[in-house]
Amino acid sequence: MKTRRIVSIITKEYIHIFRDWRSLIIIILMPILMIILYGYAITFDIKNLTFAVIDDAKTPESRELIRGFTENRFFVLKYMDIKRGEIEPLFKKRFIQMVIVIPKDFSESLISNRVTKVQLLVDAADSNVGTFIYNYSNRVIQLYNEKINFKTPGIVNLKPRILYNPDMKSVNFFVPGLVALILLLISALLTSIAITREKETGTLEQILVSPVHPIEIIGGKVIPYITLGLLNGTIILLFARFLFKVPINGSLFLIAALALLYIFVALSFGLMISASVKTQLVAMLETLMSTVLPTIMLSGLIFPVASMPLPLRIISKAIPATHFLIIIRGIMLKGVGFWELWQHAAALSAIGFVLLFIATKRFKMTLE
Amino acid sequence: METDIAVKASKLSRHFGTFTAVDEISFEVKKGEIFGFLGANGAGKTTAIKMLCGLIKPTSGEAYVAGYNINTDSSMVKKHIGYMSQKFSLYEDLTVKENIEFYGGIYGLSRKEIFEKTKKLLSELHLEKMRDSLTKALPLGWKQRLALSTALLHDPSIIFLDEPTGGVDPISRKNFWRIIYEIANQGKTVFVTTHYMDEAEYCNRLSVMFKGKIIEIGTPTELKNKYNKPSIQDVFIELVTRN
Repeated sequence: MKTRRIVSIITKEYIHIFRDWRSLIIIILMPILMIILYGYAITFDIKNLTFAVIDDAKTPESRELIRGFTENRFFVLKYMDIKRGEIEPLFKKRFIQMVIVIPKDFSESLISNRVTKVQLLVDAADSNVGTFIYNYSNRVIQLYNEKINFKTPGIVNLKPRILYNPDMKSVNFFVPGLVALILLLISALLTSIAITREKETGTLEQILVSPVHPIEIIGGKVIPYITLGLLNGTIILLFARFLFKVPINGSLFLIAALALLYIFVALSFGLMISASVKTQLVAMLETLMSTVLPTIMLSGLIFPVASMPLPLRIISKAIPATHFLIIIRGIMLKGVGFWELWQHAAALSAIGFVLLFIATKRFKMTLE
Repeated sequence: METDIAVKASKLSRHFGTFTAVDEISFEVKKGEIFGFLGANGAGKTTAIKMLCGLIKPTSGEAYVAGYNINTDSSMVKKHIGYMSQKFSLYEDLTVKENIEFYGGIYGLSRKEIFEKTKKLLSELHLEKMRDSLTKALPLGWKQRLALSTALLHDPSIIFLDEPTGGVDPISRKNFWRIIYEIANQGKTVFVTTHYMDEAEYCNRLSVMFKGKIIEIGTPTELKNKYNKPSIQDVFIELVTRN
């Protein structure tokens, strides 16, 4: 008896999905658009920083130093030998981010004293960019030092080896994060709309006067959208792998299994919202607000959770994306297995069941 | 227990905040009766019917529907009733056949039962040709008859109709009442709300609701004699002006 009812609801839900092919196309295209848009827009990779040089020395040594800065894709020399008074206006107009001032006695001091000074002016209005410029300039100077004087004794030489993302491409960090954001958004939106639509047309009332149990309604609504969610997940991963060239080092099966769990959480979230909301429009807005904002701000998608104040760190633990981000980044970039991730999988299951419980409770409170 | 009472309400009330939508109504409906709830919009008819169907919980009071308490046994109530709202709750993007199959399914009918019922229903409604067209393509009067038929799929002993003829032309309304009589003749109890006075005349027994209360109850003839008026419309106006 029981499965018969769920099967009826599932069948009907599939008919809704496939008959409304325009919406189906949107459901499939929207994640693709989102990943392309966000994938290219959100990036921390810094290149093409423009800078000016005031070279008062004009010696082979000073020219060698400048070459050190221009020889890579990070810095572009834009102005040569500007006046001191022009520095500030150029910074303010954001024409340059850095100025290198080489003093007149650069070469002489270097040869006679073995020590010389170079001034570096950095626009640190954007602190990330500022820090990057400072660090990178240090590295350029270090290389220069090694080049002109490789006999310098007693210097500790740092030989870093960058693990898991050797090119330090931020795409590798963001695109897996987008999988978390998009899956959550789409899945939650779909279910919240699916229920409120029936409230608007009055058909939900017709179902509620039948002996169907709220769990059967919810099961019948969730199962079809799980398959849609999986389809979306597959599409996004294909784009991540082949358009953005993000490596998938871990097990595809593990990704699929845990993505399934995550989709289940997202769908429960959509259900919980739709259970207390009357119209599709409100459901859409509430779902957008309550999935996108916390996910972007608090889940570690962009800003690391570890550097947040304690109350926010605690809140972030209740956000599904926080756990899924660790899972998906771990599997894709580090190739970790289930035993490193089981705590996050457990947390996701817990969140999912709590949401589903609330959704079912709210449904039981019938129509008001 | 075998009684001839299909619905029995005692002091049934429902408040929404400080507003009292239904105020201690008590009545009995006999099996096989066509029982009407007459009242203006906002008189509390829909709230009353939703409580009896288990869609809304009463604030106080109790009611028995088909012998089951609506407060404690609502799932048994739901098995024995059919309900059709003023919105004709069919899925417009499903075909006629798919709608019938869906509603049959959620009442737990077997595949075979659904197949047979669908066939029977479609021929009764002369909808065989429309079987695979989308429900939204049907004229309103047909949609309404289809909605009624789907509400009867699981063979309920009581059927609740909440303003079933709203927005439908007079001829379709007449046809619809013909079907209501057929249903009652099969021994089913029909509980119908309306604000059409001519429809009120068709009921076996009638209760008049005003501001959440039942202010009069009886057969249409009794009411007309009591107030010495030629029609229910006049009785209703008399009652409303008095209160």
